[in-house]
Amino acid sequence: MGRLLDNYHYAVAAVLFCTGFYSVIMRPNIIKKIIGLNIMETSVFLLLVSLGWKEGGIAPIHAGGAEAASMVNPLPQALILTGIVVAVSTTAVALSLVILLYRQYGTLDVDRLMREEELEVPAAGPEGGEG
Amino acid sequence: MSDALSLVLLALLVVTALAATFSRDLLAAVIVFSGYSLVMALLWQRLQAPDLALTEAAVGAGVTTVLFVTAIFKTQRMEEEGGDRHRRGGANEKESVEK
Repeated sequence: MGRLLDNYHYAVAAVLFCTGFYSVIMRPNIIKKIIGLNIMETSVFLLLVSLGWKEGGIAPIHAGGAEAASMVNPLPQALILTGIVVAVSTTAVALSLVILLYRQYGTLDVDRLMREEELEVPAAGPEGGEG
Repeated sequence: MSDALSLVLLALLVVTALAATFSRDLLAAVIVFSGYSLVMALLWQRLQAPDLALTEAAVGAGVTTVLFVTAIFKTQRMEEEGGDRHRRGGANEKESVEK
């Protein structure tokens, strides 16, 4: 328990991951699901950067004769810089698919989308719906 | 990281994540999520990662919010209630959808 209290940033990352996971699996709206996906991604980033952090460390910049032994670990930071950019591109692709789905079916609710998928064969073409 | 500011930032992170999850207004959820990204940028600075702080503030709070707001303006703002009553589909509206 004391170890958990010392490493509370890991606990916060776990709570954030569970929040995003709840949003992905329980909310029926697709945009809510994408927001939950972003929260999950950010919680993993927080966990990894916290792993590379140390007490009293300085930012890993070689300027002014800072020695490397007193820096935090720069490897997770470099990885996660890539991860943030990948997260944004994933979000952009997902949102474009959401806009196409709304044009076709006129709803963002997942349950309703599945029902419409059963009821009508989508023969309307990409400009159907919405009008 | 064990100082008061980081604790406040972490608590704010959890609160904004929960608010973005449980809001029914999608636009409000996206704005709260933008605040989440901003708090996360401050936390990156506390974790001695200034490059991540810059990237998160520019990309997370900027580009992602613009993408979400554009998608919401092209679709609909409110989350739909359960059932088929609040249908805003227009052309393909049909009453016999529940059977």
